[in-house]
Amino acid sequence: MARSRSALPAADLARTVVFAAFIAVLGIFPGVYVGGSAVPIVVQNMGPLLAGSILGARRGAVCLLLFLVLVALGFPVLSGGRGGLAVFAGPTGGFILGWAASAAVAGLLVRRALPRPGLPTLVLACVAGAAMDYLVGVPYWGAVIGDFGAAAKQSLVFLPGDAAKVVLAAVVAAIVHRALPQTGGPQVGARQAGDRAEAEGP
Amino acid sequence: MIEFEGVGHDYGERMVLADVNARLREHRVALVGANGSGKSTLVRTINGLVCPSRGRVLVDGRDPALDGRSVRRRVGFVFTNPDSQIVMPTAGEDVAFSLRRSDMSKKERTRRAVEILAAHGLDGYADHPAHQLSGGQKQLLALCSMLALMPDVLVCDEPTTLLDPRNKRHYAEVLCGLEQQVVLATHDLHLIEDFDRVLVLEAGRVVADDAPADALRYYRKLLG
Amino acid sequence: MNPGALYHPGTSLPHRLPVGGKLVGLLGFAALVFVARSPWWLGGGVLVVAVGYALARVPPASWSRLVRSLLVLLVPLFAVQWWLIGLDSATVVCLRLAATLGMANLFTLTTRIDDLVDAIERATRPLHRFGVRPDRFGLLVGFTVQAVAALTGIAADVREAQRARGMDRSVVAFAVPFLVRTLRHADELGEALAARGVADD
Repeated sequence: MARSRSALPAADLARTVVFAAFIAVLGIFPGVYVGGSAVPIVVQNMGPLLAGSILGARRGAVCLLLFLVLVALGFPVLSGGRGGLAVFAGPTGGFILGWAASAAVAGLLVRRALPRPGLPTLVLACVAGAAMDYLVGVPYWGAVIGDFGAAAKQSLVFLPGDAAKVVLAAVVAAIVHRALPQTGGPQVGARQAGDRAEAEGP
Repeated sequence: MIEFEGVGHDYGERMVLADVNARLREHRVALVGANGSGKSTLVRTINGLVCPSRGRVLVDGRDPALDGRSVRRRVGFVFTNPDSQIVMPTAGEDVAFSLRRSDMSKKERTRRAVEILAAHGLDGYADHPAHQLSGGQKQLLALCSMLALMPDVLVCDEPTTLLDPRNKRHYAEVLCGLEQQVVLATHDLHLIEDFDRVLVLEAGRVVADDAPADALRYYRKLLG
Repeated sequence: MNPGALYHPGTSLPHRLPVGGKLVGLLGFAALVFVARSPWWLGGGVLVVAVGYALARVPPASWSRLVRSLLVLLVPLFAVQWWLIGLDSATVVCLRLAATLGMANLFTLTTRIDDLVDAIERATRPLHRFGVRPDRFGLLVGFTVQAVAALTGIAADVREAQRARGMDRSVVAFAVPFLVRTLRHADELGEALAARGVADD
């Protein structure tokens, strides 16, 4: 019993909490300028895909729920310093609510390929995760403005940018999985943490 | 008393602890060894952060692999990086957080936290933002937060690695003043001159076990 | 650096109302606005929100930020709706959004996070018998805010290293080391929490 993962529930908790903070910092930190463009690209919506494909479905979804709670409570953790209940009342609120489902879907698809998911699996998982987000976001938008056709048409604007971020998220997740094997596996926690402390030393 | 009975541990293919046998009952015990000698893993078996693949550990007769909760209540643990150990916004709240399961009222917890901080070189810092303390102060705070739990044993894994020499000295003084049994894994040979016993680890085995002067002589020879 | 809340301290009537009541009021207001179809009623709703802001004595900076973000959202939406559906519908949709967004934002501006966390813990206490631990909720929120403080430092470090290597335009060169250090921080925090008996109880 004590030798199983449940020996250290704190390790699970820490991963969930720290990853939620990671997504917040992605929003607080100024975006990254790509290829000489004047507008920084906002990398925060890679967060749910990374959470799902690195933490796994369950922890990823819980992590995003926690993040959404922070938003609802009024912490300005969304990109651009946004936060508060108003975020969810707006037309794009569904895309933010959809993040939890998005992380779960990405995590489920990655699980089959553990412990070493390849880039194709990760791209597939991230595409599915992003699609899930549209599945929640577009109808929500339609409900807010009272016209589903218009919402669907208008959301096409996001597609190219999101496609690029899906690929980026998959590449980043693939590198992280190689750098820290077993990351999304069930054996997270004590053994692995000790391993790392031992391997690196100061 | 801490007992290691044939403790061995593997990470996948790689063996980090071969076969450690020791009984630690001295007041201050040090574990020294090069990177990868297994000392971080060994100290983590004392409170169940690592469950050994072979053999067993007993802390006052309890096995942390089977009874992690009750062992962790007796064994305090200080880690290398103080930033990862602070969980509350101010120094006082961080120490008080350790007391949350006691019967004390909120006011008593706050008062107790201030006392503990003052007793270990952080007088007047209770309301200070924890992340704005200096590295040495953060590590003292981590120690205070552990001591608030009133452990019987304090285990430290290279607590001074990230501190400057002056803070190292101060930290060593605080450690030496503690009533608890202290088990310290370290590279810092100055820290342990006054210790009662020093174990030298090499490739997952104890290769020397002696009073500091002799053990350190052996260790320096080992390092070449 | 902590992410400060959007809350603006004050002692006005909207600040003093009990949190639970405010939350119920907000939901009721949103429901009314959602079913209302007349631009006059909706205009009245916007007026109610404006009165709320006046009562709360929110500083001009918060005002102008809200107005600016509303304009950025509503002007293009109005144009597209007008073109696709018609003027009446565009007016209704935009008034409806302005009223709900304004009211929700007012709630956030006038409600302390601590009070909100307390209110949620109280409201979810009956769920205890289903295995939900409401008392953990505030702890989780607190841990996350602390982790944001720690990670902001890490992100700044990574950004510096990235610049030093002349790779400041690469998302991967930022995200990978940041993420690896984030996960390592998580593992260290997990050990430290375990050592302090968190999640043991």
